[in-house]
Formats: sequence, structure tokens, C-alpha cells
Amino acid sequence: MLKYVVKCLLSMIPTFLLASVLIFSLMHLMPGDPAAVMLGDTASPEQVQELQVAMGFDKPIYVQFSRWFTGVLQGDFGHSIFFHKPVLQVIRDRAEVSLFIAVLSMALIIITGIPIGVISAVWYNSYTDQACSGASMLAASMPTFWLGLNLMLIFSVVLGWLPSSGFPSVVESGNLGNLRYMVLPCVTLAAPNSALIIRLTRASMLDVLKEGYVTTARAKGLSEVLVTMKHAFRNSLISIIAVVGFTFVGLASGTVITETVFSLPGIGRLVVESVLRRDYPVIQGIILVITVAYMVVNLAIDFCYTFLDPRIRIS
Amino acid sequence: MMRLFLRSLVKRKIALTGSGVVLLILVLALFSPLIATHDPMGLNTAERLQGPSSAHWFGTDHFGRDLFSRIVYGARLTLIGGMGVVFYSVVFGVMIGVLSGYYRQFGFVAMRLVDVVMSFPALLLALAFIAILGPGLANVIIAVGLNFLTRTARIIFGLTLKLKEEVFVEAIRSIGASNARILLRHILPNLMSPLIVQATFTFAFSLLQIASLDFLGVGVPPQIPSWGNMISEGRIYITRAPGVLLFPGVFIVLTVLAFNLVGDVLRDNLDPRFRDQFSGR
Repeated sequence: MLKYVVKCLLSMIPTFLLASVLIFSLMHLMPGDPAAVMLGDTASPEQVQELQVAMGFDKPIYVQFSRWFTGVLQGDFGHSIFFHKPVLQVIRDRAEVSLFIAVLSMALIIITGIPIGVISAVWYNSYTDQACSGASMLAASMPTFWLGLNLMLIFSVVLGWLPSSGFPSVVESGNLGNLRYMVLPCVTLAAPNSALIIRLTRASMLDVLKEGYVTTARAKGLSEVLVTMKHAFRNSLISIIAVVGFTFVGLASGTVITETVFSLPGIGRLVVESVLRRDYPVIQGIILVITVAYMVVNLAIDFCYTFLDPRIRIS
Repeated sequence: MMRLFLRSLVKRKIALTGSGVVLLILVLALFSPLIATHDPMGLNTAERLQGPSSAHWFGTDHFGRDLFSRIVYGARLTLIGGMGVVFYSVVFGVMIGVLSGYYRQFGFVAMRLVDVVMSFPALLLALAFIAILGPGLANVIIAVGLNFLTRTARIIFGLTLKLKEEVFVEAIRSIGASNARILLRHILPNLMSPLIVQATFTFAFSLLQIASLDFLGVGVPPQIPSWGNMISEGRIYITRAPGVLLFPGVFIVLTVLAFNLVGDVLRDNLDPRFRDQFSGR
């Protein structure tokens, strides 16, 4: 068991190294001088020169990389060109909204996706199943921003039930009522991902329900609820959990859109702003932070496997 | 094999509907000048933000441009974008996937790279690429295609590994066929049917991503009508003229849905040996 944990942790190192090389080289893929590109057309040659020295662009590329990478390992992601602040601080200032959206949406995805998927599979080909499958297909085919704008139009403009945009900090004000600003963004973000989980839960439940041990459980005279929950669901959980990792990456992309639609001051919005401002250190920093977060989630999922599936623990 | 695909499309009503929608979009794109009732760029501030009427079937946007005509022309961009991503991701995805599956050392390195690229969120990666390359349709295709390229490569890699161990490949090798011949004449043709399925799904999901980039304002330039940037430009007027939100959005959903339905049916009729490779997105 311990060996397995160590192996998982060690396998993260090359991935992290490779990811950092890729993220670093993104900045150097740009045609032309990065300093000149970052400052835009209005910069004077002296300013460009100054930035080049400040960012170390005048050094050879491997020196630049090792300097950047040692910085990253020490938690120094460089300086934002636009904010004149450390990148990590810029990211931290924007993190609250995004964390709320991510955690609440993930919860919503799991508590809607998995039960609906199970019900669809148990009542295979019934009207309920067809309605659920149809709805999830529709949700998966919808652009996130379009769904968000529609929800905003219906629930905040026409009905006036929920606020349409912005997010007053919950942590600073201590007012949990502010969470109602999160309702529409979270529903928007959860819908397509929830659809994915429904489809996969249904498919993996259908596979498991065909297995011999399910028939055996039925033949023993167990109630249908017990067969479904104890024998079928627990075994299909392994493939469902694998998808949760993928969903996390999907969430990071979806947050960018959702935060733009609902004008939320989060990390996703920061990426788009940084792309438009050509603030490369911030873009690099965010991608790296999200990649690391994804790796940690995947690691957690790997550990979950070992608890769910004893076969992995033994081999 | 093509006939098998066509037959499975006709047999299932739902796939037939999907193919019908795809055909409709194709007609819109090919014959845009004949179908459009107005100039898609024609400004007419006197008639801005109107609802649907007999003169403007879908109403007008904030510059008084005819929404129906813009949607008809937008179909072109949608198809070009989707086909671009499919072509690019299939060509490179197959190349990387087949070579990785066939030559293990190459595959070991290539698949690690694919894993890393897949661990970046797709939209963020696309945004980073556009930050470097600048906006524009070709760059959007490259940026979005990269993500689908890795997915295609991963699937093709798995399939090639399986095919390589099949008896017929061994038989061909034993009669002295070269590696190139085995790859091109025997492995590649066997990958065709899963590839068509993958291409269909790639098309559907790439449309969503391209539309998202248009919406964020980093996609195709705003003067070119695309369904994504029509919604993006119209979003501040949605309370006065919901049509600017409704109509382009419905067309995006219909197109993506159609491709997804077709993809689902094709997958169900796929060679059963390959079906389990497609459990994910």
C-alpha cells in the first residue's frame, strides 16, 4: 500500500517537469521579442530594453528556464506586467470566487449526475430513461455561455428572482446570503458536466447490471434496491470516479466562460483579461496552478481507487 | 464499409433527423448568397433591434443587420471551423497515434507528451495559444485542434496496440511485408470506422469551443458573422431584443446536437472490438 502511494507521488514529478517546460516554452513560441510584444506598439526602445533585462530575456534560454523554474518551486511565479504585483498574489486575490464556483458546481454535478444516471440505467428504456438521456444529450450540446445568458434573462431579468452578475465576497463580509449570487453561475457550469456524468454513470451501470454476480444476487432473493445499490452501484463507482477527474479539467474551462457571462471577478476572467492584455507571466502562472490542481485531484482519485478496488492494492 | 455507415444512419430515425440537420446546415453554407434575404453586413440603424417580422424573419441586431442573413452566412464559418479542426486533429492524431502504437519507444515519449497536454484545460490551452498566435480563424483552428489531436492520438494509440497483436498482422509480417506496408495497407484501413466516429464527435465539440472563443472575443474578427460572436455582440441588448440571443444559439445547439446524435448511432454500429475505447468523451 505504502509502495503504491510512493509510486503515485513519484510519477507526478516527470509530469510536472514536462508541464512546466511546455508552459515555459509557450511564452517563447511567440514570434518576435517577447518584451516588445508584451509592451505593445507604443513602447519606446529603452522601455523594451529595460523589460528585457528585468525579465532576463537577454540571458540564454536554459538560464531563463532554470531561473523561472527555481522560482516556481519556491512559490515565486514572477511579476505581472499589468498589475505590477507578484503573479501568485494576483491569482490569490481572484481565487475566492473561482473556488466557490468550482466546489459548489462539483457538488451539484455529483448530486444530480450520479443519481439520475443510476435511475436511467435501472429503468432502462423507460420514458424516464429516455427523458433523462434526451435532456443530458441536449445539455451536452449547449454552449455554456448561451445557457448562462438564457438563465440570466429568465431568472434575473424577467422573473427577478436572482441577481444577474457580480459577487460580493462571502469571506470578507461573512454574509452567507451572498451565495445566492452563485446560484446561476453554478447551475450554468454544472449542466453540461452533469450531463456527461449522467451518460457515463448510465453506461457503466448498464454494463455492471449485465454481470453474472448481479444475477446471482437477484437469484439469492435480494431486494432490487439492495441489488442495485450494494452490488451494481458500488462496482460501477470505479469508472464513475475516473470521470470526475476529467470533469475537473472541464470545470476549469467552463469557469472561464461562466465568469465572463456573469461578470464575476475570478481566475477565469483573469485569464481572458490577461490574454487580451498579453500579460504572459499571469497566463503561465494560472495554467501552472490549474495543472498542479488537476494533478492533485488525479492523485486523490488514484488513492480512491485503491480503497474501492482491492485488486489494485494487491497488484 | 461506407455503405454500412449510411445504412445505420437511415435505419435509426433519430440519426436520420440528425443527418437532415447536418444537410440543412451544409445547404445554408453552400448557397448562402441565394438563401440570405439581406446583405449580412448591411447596416440600417433605423431598423435596429427589431423582433421577427416578414421583412426580417429573425429580427435585426443593434446595427439593424438582418439576423437571418447573418445566421445563413455564419453557417459557412461554422462548417469551415469544424472541418478545419477535424482535418487537422485527425491527420496529426492518427500519425502520432499509429506510430506510437507501432513503435513502442516513440510511443512512450509521445504518449507522455499527450498526457501532459491533456492535463491542461482545453479552453485555457486554446487561450494561451491565441495569446501567442493572435486571433483569427486559422489560429483558432490550431488552438482548438491541439486538444482534439491529443484525444484522437490517445484513442488511435490504443486501437493500434490491439491491432498489432492480431493474427492477420502477424501473418502478413511472416510473409515478409515491410513495416510501412503493414501500417498503410493493413492497420490504417482497419482504423477507419472508429476514426469516422471520433471525427463526428470532434466536429460537435469543436463547434462549442470555437463558439466559446468567439464569445470571449478572441475568436474570428467581429466583422465576420459567426454564430458565437453574434451572441457575444448582442448580449447587452438581450432584454430589448431576445432574438439576438435566441436564434444564433438555437442554430449552434441544433448543429452540435445533430453531430452528437449521428456520432452516437455510428458508435453503436461500430465494430464491437473497438467499442469500449469510446466510453469517455
